[in-house]
Amino acid sequence: MNSLGAGRSAIAGAIRNARTGLAPCRFETVALDTFIGEIAGLDAIRVPAHLSAYDCRNNRLAQRGLECDGFAAAVETAAEKYGCARIGVFMATSTSGILQTELAYRRRDPETGALPDDFNYAGTQNSFSLGDFVQRYLRLEGPAFVVSSACSSSAKVFGNAARMIAAGVCDAAVVGGVDTLCLTTLYGFNSLGLVSRLPCRPYDVERDGISIGEGAGFALIEKRSAQAAAGAIELLGVGDSGDAYHMSTPHPEGMGAGLAMQRALESAALQACDIDYINLHGTGTRTNDASEDRAVFDLFGSETPCSSTKGSTGHLLGAAGITEAIISMLAIEHDLMPGGRPTQNIDPTLRSGYLLENRSARVNRVLSNSFGFGGSNCSLVLGRAL
Amino acid sequence: MRLWVEGVGLAGPGLCGWQASRPVLGGSANYAHAPTVLTASDLLPAAERRRTGVPVKLALAVGCEAFANAAREPATTATVFTSSGGDSENVHQICETLASTEREVSPTRFHNSVHNAAAGYWSIATGSHEPSTSLCAYDWSFAAGLLEAAVQIAADRKPVALIAYDQHYPPPLHAVRPIDSNFGVALLLVPQPTAHTFAALEVTFTPASAKPTAMAVPALEAVRATVPAGRSLPLLAALARGVEQVVILEYGAASHLRVSVAPC
Repeated sequence: MNSLGAGRSAIAGAIRNARTGLAPCRFETVALDTFIGEIAGLDAIRVPAHLSAYDCRNNRLAQRGLECDGFAAAVETAAEKYGCARIGVFMATSTSGILQTELAYRRRDPETGALPDDFNYAGTQNSFSLGDFVQRYLRLEGPAFVVSSACSSSAKVFGNAARMIAAGVCDAAVVGGVDTLCLTTLYGFNSLGLVSRLPCRPYDVERDGISIGEGAGFALIEKRSAQAAAGAIELLGVGDSGDAYHMSTPHPEGMGAGLAMQRALESAALQACDIDYINLHGTGTRTNDASEDRAVFDLFGSETPCSSTKGSTGHLLGAAGITEAIISMLAIEHDLMPGGRPTQNIDPTLRSGYLLENRSARVNRVLSNSFGFGGSNCSLVLGRAL
Repeated sequence: MRLWVEGVGLAGPGLCGWQASRPVLGGSANYAHAPTVLTASDLLPAAERRRTGVPVKLALAVGCEAFANAAREPATTATVFTSSGGDSENVHQICETLASTEREVSPTRFHNSVHNAAAGYWSIATGSHEPSTSLCAYDWSFAAGLLEAAVQIAADRKPVALIAYDQHYPPPLHAVRPIDSNFGVALLLVPQPTAHTFAALEVTFTPASAKPTAMAVPALEAVRATVPAGRSLPLLAALARGVEQVVILEYGAASHLRVSVAPC
């Protein structure tokens, strides 16, 4: 669920028709000249009465996402099969329900400075709020936590799920990421000079920053079985690395990005030539795209088709990894490599095989990149069960 | 899941380093409450050091102590960071700015606001490109971090440094999150015994509620009960005593971690 639509077929349709979810920023009282990927109607969503302590924009979107594509019902079926204590919940967010705190700070008691009585810190602002809400909403009782490593968060949760299952702590896991618009990220990225005034144009010669969006995505990961359902997608590899370079600027030679991709390929026991399509992190900043391109070119050369879908969805921050993993799965399901719109003129100094238009071709294996502040990198390899 | 403890780092109220705190936690010396001593790490360049908040200082200090005790190289070791709230002072400053008419958030404050700021500075300070994650599970963040570290060791058979920290909360957030002390703890955990390991842990996730192991000294029990990273104290006490013991760490309302500690 993101500004492109609700559910897999809406998002696949938007990609097929090269539609964008970005529009000029009208969010809350934000006065910034930028485009955002806002989801309409979140204010009208009501969380169940027994979860009212968790009511905030982020958890409303989480609930909306869990009800897409029959996901909550699929988890219920898995819980009947494995038992609710055998299913882990590993969620990701960068800002959780911080919007609630931002709004509460406008309503402080003029005498004492106290926050309003209706502000619930644990249910909204705390990063675990999302994990707690999702676990309760799905009535699961396995281990739960939230990964918050900025924009790599919801790629990393795939690794958590795979390890928990490998170690025998869980038989299945719900992974996901949810991030919603808030003033901290809009004004924060703006202060770093990283926000574009136009819809972001990854890899374009004139790219000048990101467009921020909001979104939720979830996946149910189960142990591999001999009778994997036809059309099932497999998590083949996960690679994590750190840049050890700078808090908000990627390594100029893409050192950490390259290491994450290499480790993902190693963990999948695959070679670069086995990858049919790469969903780039591709934020549209000068530095990210230059650094990522260097790493992708060094490993894959210029033949492997790659693109960033952030020009369509916006940068979903803590939900970017899962959203792009799902877009990668849709690429496999529909044999469709998304064009990296609205980019028009590829920066001639970038050498990877950036796709401007959708391409119909067999897609068996995809690599998806997610990189974040603090030099936190994660790459996933996903593939068709063959 | 079985793993071994190779090094510990500790910075808490009245607990100044693991070696100095061992007699207190082991029960052979009295506990005296005092503000947590924060030492700035010389691993970071001075310019970076000035930009970091309490959580980064805590994480670097306890992480360095644990690696020094274990004589292990931080650059080649994976890390699991865990904290309930990260940099609470920084969040407060940003929310105050955003509630004002100017809304001019400082770029440094913004990049320090990410939950993985400590992990980012650690990676820069140690030159580590190894996998790292940053977790949150509210009051149960330490248990979540220990579980993830144990699972990584079981799955990957490589050493992992678990670094847990929490910062006191300033007003007005303190009223809704009453954390009074800065607390950091690091455990260097390895998949097999080495020359420096001194205890074995058997970690089990148990989906049933259980009464957590408490601290015998009331002032330490207050730290355990009110600071999320302080929930490590019963495990540290068992390690300090050097006797076999089962420690129960609460993990949410309906589950717990059972940690069986055996000296070696």
